[in-house]
This record gives sequence, structure tokens and C-alpha cells, in this order.
Amino acid sequence: MSDSSHATPGTGDTASGDARTLARQRAHRRSSLKVILCLLPIWFVVSYGCGILFRDWLDANAPKVGNAPFGFWMAQQGSIICFVLLLVVYAVWMGKLDDRFNLEDGQE
Amino acid sequence: MSQDIYNFIFIGLSFGLYIFIAFTSRASSTKEYYTAGGGVSPFANGMATAADWMSAATFISMAGAVAISGYDASRFLMGWTGGFVLLTVLMVPYLRKFGKPTVPDFVGDRYYSKLARGVAVLCAIFICMTYIMGQMRGVGVVFSQLFGIKIQSGVLVGASIVFFYAGLGGMKGITYTQVAQYCVMAFSYTIPAIFIAIALTNNFVPQLGLIGDFTLDGAKIPFLEKVNNINTELGFSEYTSGELSKVNMFCITAALMCGTAGLPHVIVRFFTVKNVASVRKSACWTLLFISVIYLTAPAIGSFSRVNLITKLHNTSYANAPEWFKDFESTGQMAWVDKNEDGKIQYFGPGKSESNNNHVFVGGARPMYPADDAPAVQLKGIHGERLLANKADLTNPNELWFGNDIMVMANPYMGGLPKWVIALLMAGCIAAALSTAAGLLLVLSTSISHDLMKKIVKPDLSDKEEVNYARAASFIALAVAAYFGINPPSAFIAKTVAFAFGLAASSFFPTLLMGIFSKRVNKQGAVSGMLFGIVFTISYIVYFQFLGGTSQDYLFGITPEGIGFVGMIINFVVTYAVSLATPPPPLEIQQMVAEIHVPGTAVQAMGDDDAGVGGEGI
Repeated sequence: MSDSSHATPGTGDTASGDARTLARQRAHRRSSLKVILCLLPIWFVVSYGCGILFRDWLDANAPKVGNAPFGFWMAQQGSIICFVLLLVVYAVWMGKLDDRFNLEDGQE
Repeated sequence: MSQDIYNFIFIGLSFGLYIFIAFTSRASSTKEYYTAGGGVSPFANGMATAADWMSAATFISMAGAVAISGYDASRFLMGWTGGFVLLTVLMVPYLRKFGKPTVPDFVGDRYYSKLARGVAVLCAIFICMTYIMGQMRGVGVVFSQLFGIKIQSGVLVGASIVFFYAGLGGMKGITYTQVAQYCVMAFSYTIPAIFIAIALTNNFVPQLGLIGDFTLDGAKIPFLEKVNNINTELGFSEYTSGELSKVNMFCITAALMCGTAGLPHVIVRFFTVKNVASVRKSACWTLLFISVIYLTAPAIGSFSRVNLITKLHNTSYANAPEWFKDFESTGQMAWVDKNEDGKIQYFGPGKSESNNNHVFVGGARPMYPADDAPAVQLKGIHGERLLANKADLTNPNELWFGNDIMVMANPYMGGLPKWVIALLMAGCIAAALSTAAGLLLVLSTSISHDLMKKIVKPDLSDKEEVNYARAASFIALAVAAYFGINPPSAFIAKTVAFAFGLAASSFFPTLLMGIFSKRVNKQGAVSGMLFGIVFTISYIVYFQFLGGTSQDYLFGITPEGIGFVGMIINFVVTYAVSLATPPPPLEIQQMVAEIHVPGTAVQAMGDDDAGVGGEGI
């Protein structure tokens, strides 16, 4: 993502360091919003899109999954599988963002 | 050995295990008591959250809903899993950062007002109450089957167990107990499904059996085609098509998803792990564990549909299987010989002119003559149990059954070994108990901590706080037990769906805007929550209790899905009122900015009130 130019990990604790930390935090926030905006459309398409709104068309035209019509299968099985994958992608992606911006979570 | 002995052995063993775990991992400090010390591994926490999340509605009722309504039941399948994506991506990491585990606590601090906190407590009470009602019904169904007693007595037995159970141990004990409960639930749900899948489809993976071929008695046709044929032959709509309108499917699914993201007892679970990165991992595990059950449910539903019809339809009562008579004696199945041929017939609305398949006039539940009535009123000529209802003779359907018994009846119908049935019973009880206990604790903490201590009487001592919590959970259980005996809707999953509608229309927008907008202020939040929840409750009460008819539905949306409309109202009202009133103070805006940055805690946990988990007390 282009935002990485704002972030220079590992800056010192000078006065300009504070400003850089702030900039880095802002960049991190923007990047994490981007992650959300990438994942939520997929979430919408696999559930509401395939399972409800375009189900009839998909049942008739998309290839069957085993013996099940595609839209029906998406509504009962496929969407759930996609949800799990989405969360895996989210966890990995956000973990990478935290690493890159050097904003690792404290022990709290 | 008889079935009862197996049941008691399995349930006894599982209870012994829970109590052992609760005892060995009991809390040794207040922080452990409220949030298990924040040191549970993401994997274990995922399992515990899954057990907490999967209630009687999921475990007992959902497969029944799938069996009855086929495609239409996808609203539950997608709604109760998809919400986790919203919850994980939009809510939990930020709430966790904010450091307030109970929703009213977050609302009270973010919207800097006692009024907002009070309104949030009120919403939490309504949501949890509705949810617990569904659980009580589920507990009642299980105990009535287990001891062969009436469902009313089953509800009362269950309520007293939950009351004592909820008082045990703190969050740490509960977390590890729920890990064990998840294991019991997962095994007891999938093992019967595997047995039945092998019998019907010759495939040991139920999910593949569903999309594979029906192979019983040498036949070989696609399994779903077989279910469709059975359905249409008997006058039901096609299994894979469904009858709900698209608008309805959309709204109900959305209400369930957004409700999931606003449920107070799930949010608190993410305070038991170490940090935000662990929260994300934990959410992955949770959804993975939940999907084990949710991916099996459609298979169980369709299998039991086939089993039920092939075993009962056109079978004479004299030859009816033993389990049918068991369910009949507890009032969960009933048969009225409308055409007096001595055979059980099961037909759908398509076979009548009145376009329904009500066994009794007005679609009533079965009612029975008093036990001391003369023998002629109790037993029919075939030995069947007679009913006090008037039979609806405008359609030929003779078989009534409670939708919620499908999962429990399934192993009987498949003729599975007794230990499998006993395992399933243990799983059902684990499901209902873990959720009911978790909810009850959230409810009582909301009242004792957020209402009494934070608003009414700040000088409350710890001991008085605990007493208020006990009193609150007792009253809540009594009310829930009443509605468990007189359920507000035909099946548990539907009752629980109302709770999600309430959560979606009250907490979801308030939390979301509280996290992502600096501009939203207390006036907006309070009016938004009130408009949202009052609208949703009025709609549900009007159509569920005051006799509103389906012609009057707003855009044809049923009460289950109205939470989605309530949610939009809440969003609009909150934003409009916020824009018309002054912005929140600077330190609140600063706080909102900070919860988006990982690493620095806004408020440290562990001071006198922060970190009080919903599952405490």
C-alpha cells in the first residue's frame, strides 16, 4: 500500500520523533480502514449477493456444486466457508500492518 | 441397559467434568474473576466463545428450522455466522482498546452521560431477557424428553439448574468449562450426523452427503432432488426454493448479522485474551469452531426431513416406531386421525383448499384433557393420545410436531445406538446451560454494576452489589421461565431472532458510530437507541401478541427482520440529532482517535471499576 511512505519504523525519541509517531499512527489507521473496505464487500457478495439477491440467477446459470444448485449451496455452506477465510485473511493482514508500522501491541 | 441409564451416565460424566474444571481453575484474584486474568490462549478462548455463542437455538432448533423450511432457513445459517465478520472487523479490536468490557460501560463513557448508560442498561435487559426466554424453552424441551415429563416441569427443572450454575466460579472457571462444553457439543452434533449420512447417502462426510446422492435401498438419485420430490409430493414447497420473499430474507439475515455484532455477552469474551492481535486470532478460531456445527446443520436438517417422512407418513399408528410414542407422551408430537384410517398422514399446505396444513383449528398447539379425565377422553381406538383441540378438517394433515425436537429425534429416527443418543442429550444440555449462564451473568451485572452502582447508588458495597445481582438473576429467570412455558413464537430460533433484532436496532449503530465517528454525541446516541429499540419492540409486540396480521407488515417484513429497519432508523436519528446539537467534548474526540491506534491502552484495566466483565459476580 502506498501509505507505507509515511511510516519510518524505528525512529528515535526526539521531538520530531513524536510527530513521526503521530504520522505513523495516522497512516496505520488509514491502512487498516483499507483492509476493512477490501474485506466487507467480499463479505456482502458471498452472503447477500450469492445467497439471496442473485440466487435464482445463480441457481439456473452457475455450475452446480456437487448436486446442489450454486445459490442454494452458497446460502447454506459456501458463505460460511468464505466467512472463516475472511477472518483468517483479516488476522494475517492486520498482523502484517502492525509489524510494518512497528506499532506492536503492548502486553497491557 | 435402557436408554435412561445411558443418558444419566453421559450427562453425569459431563457434569462431573464441568464441575471438576470449574473447581481446579477457579479464580484466585478479582481480575481473574472478571476477565480470567486476560491470559487465555486465543485457541482456548475461541472454543469457549463458540460454546458461549452456540445456544439452544443453534444446537436444538436450527436444524429443525432447516428441516421445515429448507432454503429459507439459510437466514439463520448466514446470519449467525456472518455477524462474526462484522464483529471482528468493526467492533472488537476497538472496544478491546477502549478497555470497557460491558456494552453499557462503553456507552456510558464514550457518550459521557448517565442517561446514555441507563438507556444502554435498559436495552441490554430487553436483549438478554428475550434471548434467555429462548434458552429456557430449549432447556425445557431437553429435560422433558430426558425425564419423560411435561415441558412446563422441564422448564422449571432447567431454570433452577441454571440459577445455581450461574453462581459458580468466575470468568476463568467459566472459560475452561466452556472449552469442555464445546468439545461435548461438537462431538454430539457431528457423530449422529455421520452415522445418518452413511445410512442415507453412503458418504461419511455429512456435508458431502448433502450434495451427493441418495443411496438408501439401492436407489441412486441426487439427495437434494430426493428431498424436493418428497416435499412436493406431500404438498410442501420445494426444499431448495423456499417461500420467504427476497426482502424478508435480506432483512432477517441483516438483523441477525448486525445483532451478532452488538450482543453484549459475546463482546465480553474478547477481554479474556492478552492483546488485540490475540483478539483477531481468537475470533478466527471462534468462527472456525462455530462453522463445524453450522456446516453440519443443513445436512442434519435435510436428513431428518427424509427420515421423518419415510418413517411416519402412511404408517399405521399400531406400527409407528417407539420414539414416536415417546414424543407423543411428552406432548411434542401429536396425531389426529382425521380420515379415520388408523394411519399417520403428513401433508403440506399444497394439499388443501385453505392453503395451510394446520392440524388444529387456528394452527394452535396441541392441548390435552386433564389427566383425571375419563379414559375414553385420554386414549383413542388405536391407543393414541387424544387431544382437547378441535381438529382443522379443511386440510388432510394429521401430524403435529414441535419444530424444536428435530435434532433430538434425529438419532432415534436413524435407529442409532443408545450411547449416541445419550451423547446428544449431554450436548443439548451443555449448549443451553453455557449460553443461559453467560447471558444471565451479563444481565445481572448490567443491573447491579451499571445501573445500581454507576447510576443509582455510587456508594454501594461489593456485598450489596452481589446481592442485587443475585436478585436480578432470580427475577430474570422467573420471567424467562414463564415465557419458556408460554413461548412467544413457534420455535426457539425465532424467539432468539427477536433478541438479535433488538440488539441490531439498539447497540449496533451506537457502538459503530461511537467507534468510527468523532462527531456523534450523547444526544444523538440516546435518541437513536430509544427510537431504534422502541420501534422494534412495538412492531414485534404488535404482530406477535396483539394480533396484527401479515397484511399490515411494513414492506412485507416479518417481525424477525424488523430489527434491520430499526437499525436504519437508529443510524439516521443518531446522526441527525448529533449534527443538530454541539459536538462532544475534546477529550472524548481524543479518546475516539486513540482507540484506532494499537499499543496504547486508553484506560488501564484493573482500577476500581474498569474491567468488570459481564460474566463476573
